Amino acid sequence: MRAMWTEHPLLAVGTLIVALVAVLAVFAPLIAPYDPAAINVKDILLPPSWEHWCGTDTLGRDVFSRMLYGARVSLAVGFVAVGIAIAIGVLLGALAGHLGGYVDASIMRATDMVLCFPTFFLILAVIAFLEPSIWNIMIVIGLTSWMGVARLVRAELLSLREREFVLAAKSLGVSGFRLVWGYLLPNAMGPILVSAVLGIAGAVLVESGLSFLGLGVQPPDPSWGNILTEGKDNIQIAWWLSFYPGLAILITVLGYNLLGEGLRDLTDPRLQGRK
Amino acid sequence: MKQYLLKRLLGMIPLLLGITIISFGIMHVAPGEPVVVGQEFNPKVSAQDIERLRSYYGLDKPLYEQYWNWLQRLAVLDFGESFSADHRPVLDKVVERLPITIWINVLAMAFILLAAIPIGIFSAVFRNSGLDRSLTVFVFIGFAIPSFWLGLLLMYAFGVQLSWLPISGIHDYDWQQMGFWQAQLDLAHHLILPVFVSAIGGLAGMSRFMRSGMLEVIRSDYITTARAMGMAENTIRYRYALKNAMLPIITLLGLSIPGLIGGSVIVEQLFSIPGMGLLFYEAVLSRDYPLVMGITVIGAVLTLMGNLLADLSYAWADPRIRHGSAK
Repeated sequence: MRAMWTEHPLLAVGTLIVALVAVLAVFAPLIAPYDPAAINVKDILLPPSWEHWCGTDTLGRDVFSRMLYGARVSLAVGFVAVGIAIAIGVLLGALAGHLGGYVDASIMRATDMVLCFPTFFLILAVIAFLEPSIWNIMIVIGLTSWMGVARLVRAELLSLREREFVLAAKSLGVSGFRLVWGYLLPNAMGPILVSAVLGIAGAVLVESGLSFLGLGVQPPDPSWGNILTEGKDNIQIAWWLSFYPGLAILITVLGYNLLGEGLRDLTDPRLQGRK
Repeated sequence: MKQYLLKRLLGMIPLLLGITIISFGIMHVAPGEPVVVGQEFNPKVSAQDIERLRSYYGLDKPLYEQYWNWLQRLAVLDFGESFSADHRPVLDKVVERLPITIWINVLAMAFILLAAIPIGIFSAVFRNSGLDRSLTVFVFIGFAIPSFWLGLLLMYAFGVQLSWLPISGIHDYDWQQMGFWQAQLDLAHHLILPVFVSAIGGLAGMSRFMRSGMLEVIRSDYITTARAMGMAENTIRYRYALKNAMLPIITLLGLSIPGLIGGSVIVEQLFSIPGMGLLFYEAVLSRDYPLVMGITVIGAVLTLMGNLLADLSYAWADPRIRHGSAK
């Protein structure tokens, strides 16, 4: 077990960061020293101190407590958005890879078309027609990030199709949904998992960007992105409003990226022994 | 080569159609009549605007007919009129904002190439050295850093604390009194931070890619052969390996275009740069639907053209395609 950690330092550091952020998010109500919404006009824009580890904002709210609750928002958006993206991607990729022919061609062309759009433009355009809210953001990010998964699943299925165990299953009369679900997809789990973990990192970045622009999670609900918006407006006088939430985003995204890369090294036999 | 070009151009037609279908779909994601949603209390939109938009999109007609009408207008570059007080055509508004956005992205790409190629080569040639390891750490941080946060930190450091660089806009207030070269210098001064912030993500990805590309080439048989023939290590590296490792870079550059264009929203908003990204942001905030739709379509078409350009440069750079022996 210990050998696994030293041999895969990326995986170790990534797991540690991901677990730490998850614990902070889940137990936010227990850890947070203050009510994240408690306005205190006497303590406006205090620099970091022992009372307020990350300072206070323009309404005197404790930034550290708000960041803990912001972690919940970021992770929730990340997980739900990626869940949606994986569901769509696996479905379309499996249909394309398994059925082939016209179905394959049309699904892949549609994927190419969606990929033509700068993702951030696509998301903003949809947001313009909907109300910005945490649910809409989860759905929109999910709906605009399935393309990579679809391509990946299709490629995996195509390469698995000629393998002996699949041919054996086919000759025993397994076909259709049971073949895909029971034999093909389980063997494609590694790459799907890797892209899901990396996808969470991407979704956290996109959510914070949207919230930073004021088109994501709406105040007074705290999110790392919308604390940074306040930081931008007060950049001349209150550096802590910008510094800490951004650092939280950086560390979280870094953690999921490292975990994803580590899992890739672990699950992809082609990378074994290559350094 | 000519045949290849023709094939690529023809291949763009279905993609262009797809772009319009998806954009048309976005307009209809919201329940109810798209132009009216959320506009009831919008003081910037008058009843006449809504009426005008209704007739522009033909919203009383069936969907396929709406789409067909819209497509015909797009074909002659008619994107409708903005909701804003000036009611100017969407195309005019976008065209005047486009140059600065393209400039920033082109400069960012140039910076990415100039920095990433040497970084990648160094990492590959001296792999697992201290330098390679610290560059790898930089790459992981570059991937994870939110561009707007990096921008804020740089604004604080170079703008607020050191007062070396301006933190917003593209001109000083008195730029119209400056001579030509002084004005250019002023512009460059204003673009340093935005270009660097736009480039950071791509820089990390590209240098990583260059490293693994170079490693792969160095291990290939023809390089071993060259070594066996006693060629100098530097000749092998920089005359033979580098050329082949550079080829995939062109493809990656094409793939990074949508990210750069999308990222321009954040960078331009952060630094108050009057480009297409900021225009799009303002359009989304004020629910200026014709402008939102216009920029979405134009952004996708720009991406498509960027990809075409990348493919053509690849074809031009790769002798296998240039002389038509492959594909």
